[in-house]
Amino acid sequence: MSDCHTTPSVSSRPLAVREKLPLIALAGQPNVGKSTLFNLLTGLNQHVGNWPGKTVERREGKFTLDDHQYKLVDLPGTYSLTANSPEEVIAREFILREQPDVVVALVNASNLERSLYLVAELVTLPAPVVVALNMMDVAAQEGLCIEPKVLEAALGVPVIPITATRAAGTQGLIHVIQETLDGQHCLMTPRLPEIRSDHRLALDEILHQIDGCVPSPYPPEWVALKLLEGDAEIARTMQNSLPAEKWDAVNIVLRQHDDALLAVASGRYEWIGRMVRAAVVQPRMGQISWTKRLDEWAAHPFWGLCILAGILGVVFWLTFTIGSPAQAWLDIKVVGGLSTLANQVLANAPFWIRGLVVDGVLGGVGAVITFLPIMVIFFAVFGLLEDTGYMARAAYVMDNMMHLMGLHGRSFLPLFLGFGCNVPAILGTRVIDSKPARLLTTLIAPLVPCTARMAVVAFLAPAFFGPKAILVSWGLVLFSMLILILSGSLLNKLIFNGQRSAFIMEMPLYHLPNSRTIGLLVWQRTLSFIQKAGTNILAMAVVIWVLSVLPGGNFQTSYLVQFGKLVEPVGRWMGFDWRLTVALITSFPAKENAIATLGVLFGNNPQGLVQTLTSTYSPATGLSFLVVTMLFIPCMATVAVIRQETNSWGWTLFNLAFMLMVSIAAGTGVYHLALAVGL
Amino acid sequence: MVSLSQLLVNEKGTIHSFTIGRSETNRLASLGLTPGAQVDMTQNYGRGPLIVIVRGTRVALGRGEAAQIFVERNSS
Repeated sequence: MSDCHTTPSVSSRPLAVREKLPLIALAGQPNVGKSTLFNLLTGLNQHVGNWPGKTVERREGKFTLDDHQYKLVDLPGTYSLTANSPEEVIAREFILREQPDVVVALVNASNLERSLYLVAELVTLPAPVVVALNMMDVAAQEGLCIEPKVLEAALGVPVIPITATRAAGTQGLIHVIQETLDGQHCLMTPRLPEIRSDHRLALDEILHQIDGCVPSPYPPEWVALKLLEGDAEIARTMQNSLPAEKWDAVNIVLRQHDDALLAVASGRYEWIGRMVRAAVVQPRMGQISWTKRLDEWAAHPFWGLCILAGILGVVFWLTFTIGSPAQAWLDIKVVGGLSTLANQVLANAPFWIRGLVVDGVLGGVGAVITFLPIMVIFFAVFGLLEDTGYMARAAYVMDNMMHLMGLHGRSFLPLFLGFGCNVPAILGTRVIDSKPARLLTTLIAPLVPCTARMAVVAFLAPAFFGPKAILVSWGLVLFSMLILILSGSLLNKLIFNGQRSAFIMEMPLYHLPNSRTIGLLVWQRTLSFIQKAGTNILAMAVVIWVLSVLPGGNFQTSYLVQFGKLVEPVGRWMGFDWRLTVALITSFPAKENAIATLGVLFGNNPQGLVQTLTSTYSPATGLSFLVVTMLFIPCMATVAVIRQETNSWGWTLFNLAFMLMVSIAAGTGVYHLALAVGL
Repeated sequence: MVSLSQLLVNEKGTIHSFTIGRSETNRLASLGLTPGAQVDMTQNYGRGPLIVIVRGTRVALGRGEAAQIFVERNSS
């Protein structure tokens, strides 16, 4: 099964029979139905994690047919294999280093010309390729008639027509995979794309220079091609591997041929053109597609915004009518029930064990559990919008507005989700294709006021401002948005030199959502949230609890309160006393804690608390406290996912410091301004 | 020759050249935008992003990106 599938550069694979399961890699461009096929083959028998050192989702699973078991790894969806993004590097490094036994290249039958581009790259790598021609039904609807056998002959690799959404053709696909493993397709030799003759000479010259110096497992011919394409990653690798004079010689050739990148790409499209001309019997008819008709509304500069506003309205309606009651129910029944139970069981245990379990551990578990309803709703909506193809339209119509922050349209939806909860917002930044834009979005996402912060506002604003509370609340939201835009453009200028990543995006065809795909997505994301963020949240909750009881077991004399009194001078700038300062610090585990802490410190019930607060503090202090609550360091769940998604403590701490600075500056400013106007 | 952002709705053109950066050129090429490719403008309101059809794919481009892509208008 090894040497026969030769490409010009293949090195011989170990002939020893693998003890392990056959390794199948699933490759394909975005929007070709890769997730649908992966879910169809593996079902719940799959595992989701991250690629080592990267925050790109890695999915692998197992499937069985006719007593044969296979291991399937889903490669990230990429348009090409040139190092433009971490996804592309992951995909090609996997094929080169892990040496899958078969690479299944999924292509879209209704859009062969574009989706064969990745295949043109895959066939030059030393792994057997099987092409799965997906969306045969869509192609048929569009009047396209494709001959898989002709395409197979033209490409020189097996081609199997399938329709993943209806589970059609997958058995045939697995049989061909097995045949390939058994070596039955050995006689097929993939036809490779060629490049223009003048660049061919350059390629040969580079090949001559790098000969013998190419590190394993890279095929020299492929490395030469990537150098011509201007691949930064491969250039770095070769600069380290080549003697200086050879690298200089390569560079001279590259400089003379700096247009080679387009020649290589054009060569691939010429290759594709030949395949398509051979295999497509009846070309597309000129009918106006559904997508075009829907886009006249959904991508319209005015109506598009109206539709987006309507969809987002529905999302919030769902959050409040289903999410919030479910949250309250879980909090009272599940967490409350567990607390009662633990109190009973531990009635005779020392107070600190009971406190640790009930207030520390169960408090943390409660924070995780009560997050779940909102997370599930947001994951489901996100999955639905992505699967139908609407996500790209939302990004498109919001592109102009996001320019203000040096971002583009892709950042809008994650930020918007932040209004519900900052956690899914930060997890949602994975839809942003460029790394700096994703980082910037993550850093400013905590400035979006979430429902927990709005709950604090809803309690305190009427207390201090009576009938003007609505106005104050709106003002606070607008103020947060202003700070968000200012911070975005500031960070963009300071950290990213004002660069803006290019807005280049495929607008996929609309299609009906697949409930299986969305269901699995919600299930996996929720599971991974509980596993990863959940453990961090739990640990932080326990630490905070410990600080709130040590040394004497009394909150009023605890380290936490001592710390609050220590930093009270800073609180003074914003008009706070030590109690407001402590309330703010305890909002770290969960924002709504601020009110509960004030209750404890004043020893009051909620009704009494309102009166006590208004008689203790001036409206200026009240307003300043509200402003700081809106902008203060994110809650611990958000911090946990920032750490997880940036994969860096540096950026996490930067975010904390930045938010702290912004909130103190804004609080101080607002307090003194409010005093000046006589509040 | 005009920039792609100047192409009007329903006008067709042939891509001639790019003045955009290398990594953007790479991304455009992998989405089907290479010199010689036919483009068909389907949405262009004169401001904001625009949508073109190229090699059967709908591609959205920011106005700034489109201004750095040069096309020959096809005579209809």
